[in-house]
Amino acid sequence: MSDLIKPELVCPAGTPASLRTAVDAGANSVYCGFKGPTNARNFPGLNFSKKELSESVKYAHDKDAMVLAAINSFPTAGRTDIWKQAVDDAVEIGVDAVIIADIGMAKYVAEQHPNQRLHLSVQAGASSPEAINFYVERFNVKRVVLPRILTVPEIKRVHDAIDCEIEAFVFGNIGMMAEGRCSLTNYVTGISTNMDGVCSPASHVDYEPDDDDGLTTRLGDFAIDCISCGETAGYPTICKGRYDTAHKKNYYAFEEPISLNLTRLLPDLMRAGVTALKIEGRQRSRAYIRSVVSAFRDAVDAYAAGDEPDITELIALTEGHKETQGAFKSKSWR
Amino acid sequence: MRDKHKRDQPRIFKDSQAGPVSKAMPLFAMQPILRRIVRHVATLHPELFERLEDSCRKHFLIDAKGMPFLLLLRPDPDNLMLVAKSRHEEIPYDVLVSGKFKTLLRMIDSKTDSDALFFNRDIMVTGDTEAIVALRNALDDMDATLADDVATAFGPLRGPVRASIDAATKIVGSRT
Repeated sequence: MSDLIKPELVCPAGTPASLRTAVDAGANSVYCGFKGPTNARNFPGLNFSKKELSESVKYAHDKDAMVLAAINSFPTAGRTDIWKQAVDDAVEIGVDAVIIADIGMAKYVAEQHPNQRLHLSVQAGASSPEAINFYVERFNVKRVVLPRILTVPEIKRVHDAIDCEIEAFVFGNIGMMAEGRCSLTNYVTGISTNMDGVCSPASHVDYEPDDDDGLTTRLGDFAIDCISCGETAGYPTICKGRYDTAHKKNYYAFEEPISLNLTRLLPDLMRAGVTALKIEGRQRSRAYIRSVVSAFRDAVDAYAAGDEPDITELIALTEGHKETQGAFKSKSWR
Repeated sequence: MRDKHKRDQPRIFKDSQAGPVSKAMPLFAMQPILRRIVRHVATLHPELFERLEDSCRKHFLIDAKGMPFLLLLRPDPDNLMLVAKSRHEEIPYDVLVSGKFKTLLRMIDSKTDSDALFFNRDIMVTGDTEAIVALRNALDDMDATLADDVATAFGPLRGPVRASIDAATKIVGSRT
């Protein structure tokens, strides 16, 4: 046995079937959102109705798992009722926590539902003890999901200076933009990642094959990548496209298609005081959730038992078949 | 800004390399079976249509590489359609999904991750991306596998039908 405290494994679900899959695969908690713009994964065919979430919460609770409702996009003027309704519905259903990003919604939850456990979304971009403690003191936030910009030693220092739990992403999509502040999609499509809840909306994505088995990816009017035969593809996001610039041709001007994978850093994160390990991917399939959650369940249990887990299969599920430890390992990763 | 109207217009599928087997294929014999299958699946999973919303009226063309025909699906609860189409036809569609038969079947049955298949270029998607994302997510919310549902459409024959599907998957999968 090791001296590591086993953290909570927080897993994604975009549909009720995915939620059941995550619970059955060993998730301690599952995060999910309502249909519509109130959560940051507003994709067609994805997310939960009120009835579906209610049934899913019952399923999870029957198996001693928790459900966290992500209401983590930013309401715009004149539309706050949609977000307030989502909060009210989540509380009525009996979710174990509400995850919010908007400061107005934090105030709403704290005042209208003072007994509801409140988590601060990564979309809030709170990475300093001052910012985090502000939310803790004003709105009784119990947990912060940290932006993916801190090294493990920095996480430890934040942990020692705040009065709430830390949740850290350990696997999945990673962006180098400031979390909750990226406007690239908005610039190209007129639809906001942070206010409409969708980055690179599918309604604006086109894939055009050519005669040589190549593929051009377009977002709106812009070609954002040309993938030649045999090359792997990535998500159709502007930040992971290839561009010609004045000093370099056809290169990843922002970042490469790549996934965060912190399996090797899990013991360090546990020692740094991270309470919960988060897997990204509410937009991914049940097959992905089954594989990744199972792998992390085994990895966390193995590390806690003092064993070395087998993590080789996770690479097949990464974007572009590439993985990184991002800023968690070093600030010089880009 | 982008021309949404132009993008919404159906595309036309043409297979310039369609072989003689495709031409000789008696597709009329398959149509009532396909009709029975799609109606049965729709009855079992009405929640599919809620997730599809407006995308249910789109035409999804499924091109299983190596198969002598294509499948055209319109998952509209008011006007369901699943038909086999000859590779010698010009076929209007909104979304084209192509890949190996076994890969497509495993994806539909949620045995493998469609994003990973796309990253790895094992499947290709062209046309209305919003519609195919909606269909993928709707199918992914089904607990049962499509192979099971297809088999149960045949009532007392479900056992032999299921065995036939498994056998066909192995045979076609090994060839493509």
